[in-house]
Amino acid sequence: MPHNIVLSGQTDFDGWRTAARQLCIAGIPPRDVAWSLHDMPDLFAASSGVPEGSGAFNVSRRFVDLASDVILHSDPERFALLYRLLWRLRAEPLLLDLMTDRDVSRAADMAKNVRRDIHKMHAFVRFRKIDGGGEERFVAWFEPEHHTLEAGAAFFARRFPNMMWSILSPRVSAHWDGSELTFDDGAGRQDAPDGDALEDVWRTYYAAIFNPARLKVSAMMSEMPRKYWRNLPEAELIDSLVANARKRTEAMVAHGVKAPKVNRQREIEQAPPLVPETAGTLAELRSEARGCRACPLWKPATQTVFGEGPANADIVFVGEQPGDKEDLAGRPFVGPAGQLFDRALADAELDRTRTYVTNAVKHFKFTPRGKIRLHQKPNTTEIRACHQWLEREIALIKPKLIVALGATAAQSLFGRAMPIGKNRGKVLDVGDARVLVTVHPSYLLRVPEEDRKREEYARFVDDLRLARKTLKEAA
Amino acid sequence: MEIGAKLAILADAAKYDASCASSGTDQRDSRGKAGLGSTEGMGICHSYAPDGRCISLLKVLLTNACAYDCLYCVNRASSNVPRARFTIAEIVTLTLDFYKRNYIEGLFLSSGIIRSPDYTMEQIVEVARQLRLQHGFRGYIHLKTIPDADERLMAEAGKYADRLSINIELPSETSVQKFAPEKDVRAIRRSMGRMRLKIEEAGADRKAPRFAPGGQSTQMIIGADAATDADILTTSANLYGSYGLKRVYYSAFSPIPDASSVLPAFAPPLVREHRLYQGDWLLRFYGFDTEEVFAGTDGMLPLDMDPKLAWALRNRDRFPLDVNTAAREELLRVPGFGLKTVERILSARSIRAMRADDLKRLHVPLKTALPFIVTPDHRPTQLADRNDLATLVKQAPSVQLSLFPNAA
Repeated sequence: MPHNIVLSGQTDFDGWRTAARQLCIAGIPPRDVAWSLHDMPDLFAASSGVPEGSGAFNVSRRFVDLASDVILHSDPERFALLYRLLWRLRAEPLLLDLMTDRDVSRAADMAKNVRRDIHKMHAFVRFRKIDGGGEERFVAWFEPEHHTLEAGAAFFARRFPNMMWSILSPRVSAHWDGSELTFDDGAGRQDAPDGDALEDVWRTYYAAIFNPARLKVSAMMSEMPRKYWRNLPEAELIDSLVANARKRTEAMVAHGVKAPKVNRQREIEQAPPLVPETAGTLAELRSEARGCRACPLWKPATQTVFGEGPANADIVFVGEQPGDKEDLAGRPFVGPAGQLFDRALADAELDRTRTYVTNAVKHFKFTPRGKIRLHQKPNTTEIRACHQWLEREIALIKPKLIVALGATAAQSLFGRAMPIGKNRGKVLDVGDARVLVTVHPSYLLRVPEEDRKREEYARFVDDLRLARKTLKEAA
Repeated sequence: MEIGAKLAILADAAKYDASCASSGTDQRDSRGKAGLGSTEGMGICHSYAPDGRCISLLKVLLTNACAYDCLYCVNRASSNVPRARFTIAEIVTLTLDFYKRNYIEGLFLSSGIIRSPDYTMEQIVEVARQLRLQHGFRGYIHLKTIPDADERLMAEAGKYADRLSINIELPSETSVQKFAPEKDVRAIRRSMGRMRLKIEEAGADRKAPRFAPGGQSTQMIIGADAATDADILTTSANLYGSYGLKRVYYSAFSPIPDASSVLPAFAPPLVREHRLYQGDWLLRFYGFDTEEVFAGTDGMLPLDMDPKLAWALRNRDRFPLDVNTAAREELLRVPGFGLKTVERILSARSIRAMRADDLKRLHVPLKTALPFIVTPDHRPTQLADRNDLATLVKQAPSVQLSLFPNAA
């Protein structure tokens, strides 16, 4: 026997849910159910209503979400479609993943249209201000395509809780009194104010922000179809803006070039000229290195990352090259390896403020990979090109000891490849300088096993202690 | 000058900035609080201009007076355009008045450089400060950052703004030197670097000061210099990787009132701009790298088909792919398959085998996709050796309205 289910209104989701649940439990197949609305009953269906009965019935959250969107669609078939989906879900629990299914794809399209309709309401509602009795009130007239006015109104309560506003529409109207959102009967366009003084200013903006040289009417039409135009104060300009676009653009092109303006805008305040630096200071060297183009690494990088520390440091640490963080901050040893290095210095009781830290290569070498940059080892040419800076830093500081952190630093300091394993922990003489070779702290970060990591860290700290001892002896 | 006249000048001066995004910032609303405004994740376009661009924000300059003389810019010092300047109070009021009527999501404020970079930046920041602190405005704010502005001003800008941006202007450093001699790409990159560090710090540590939760973006002008598409997308890949940009906007150079004689007027290359966005998407979402997109080409993306289709036609040996067994990364390379399509195929095919007919319901352009795929009911013929394949699979050319029939 056909069951005629009468819902209380276009957006009666609870009524649909209760009925659908009972029908399902009672085993009534979709073909035996007719759905209609309170004010327009389906005259051809015999009325037998919602069956009695109880039983356990579960349905996924995903279906409920889908159904609560679909129910707002204007298609009268939506109630039956949803019941058919519900019915089928019992035998085909994965049905909603099957976007190629006719019912699923139809429901998904309807839900999408509903969400779009709500989104367009958030976009295209235009409030008009009424001043009355010392109180501001904002009223809009809006015609949604689906039954979305209630669903769309909550947004305005979150956005404008301290304004009095109403959104009138043919089926239902929404009102916010500063504390509560209420709905009452539909209204007519004549019930809303017919203008707002600010609309002229808004139209001025609309016309000025449009670029006539880029006319793309179809792109506008697909996002702002003509059906919305009658409630948008700016839309009255569209036809003339489009009609004149070509003429305006041709005029810009034909206009050619007038003589450039002579009375230029006020000259910019010049930054005070840099105080000339005493020849041969580290600061001077640093500013010279800022514009270094000795190898191509400068171009993709952000900046030269020069050494940092006191000009009379006893000890100079030389790393490989700045990393991602160093490149952004413009300072050496501030990334993860730098933090580990700081910890090791403290454990070896070396005073960071008395040390100078720098790199063999002063630009970050990398390949971009999506949102990150992959570190790349500098090659011999790049190390050689950058050597002059390191050499001059050392010549100015005249440290008692230099520590080469890793192979690149050692290669730059010794002028040839130096196996770290063989030379580690030894103090070697290079010309007048004394150099201690050890690993780069980033190596410690790459050791996978926790045990070995601790071991390697301890060895590194030992090397730093040796550096401290060597300094003491030199003093 | 009355407000409407100022607005006409200062919106006209701002329209060459393509960005009008209002998405991607933190979610907030005004329930139970003084003030007004909300951001709920998704951006909202409150209107569209006949140029097809979204109008989401009140996009204006504080002033179009500018000390710089960038040749491509309508506001350059030597241009004869009329000048105007808003007071801070005027912009604040206009933003609030537009917002209350639901015309906009918020404000995008930029400015010509007046007096000094720090002075200019201070004025911009002051507008945002008043909106946030005096009016409890919780709508979207996008501020243009002045390169190398003082650290304190930068921190304050990030505190009030949802998004910050600095334009890289042109794809190559040499072009910037030539067309915008007062601009320093190195200073721009340093500022982007500083911003990335601050954005990440704020994102990682809840106790760190708020800093531009909607991230940073930039813009490149296309077609004003001789850079190839490969040059452009290589620069983009570098910028995305280095500074974690949310977007690189491409803006086809278009005729401006009172143009400089150095840049002859021509129709803006809108199709090229569109192809660059498609190429940008391939790099960011489809697992392509710049080398493969341009391998075997002259460094330009074809104008008559999308770059993925062009790549597939050059790499026919990798096709056809079986829709029912190919991996996600492979499916993403099939012409006509978008990100959503691929996700839907993956979940549907785990339930039952996909047929060519099913693809129709996923809104796949079959003409483009079919030569590259195999399904139980479809097997493409002679893919590898057909010379006319390109013409068979191309979508009907989208007709670009030509404003200058005689120009190239």
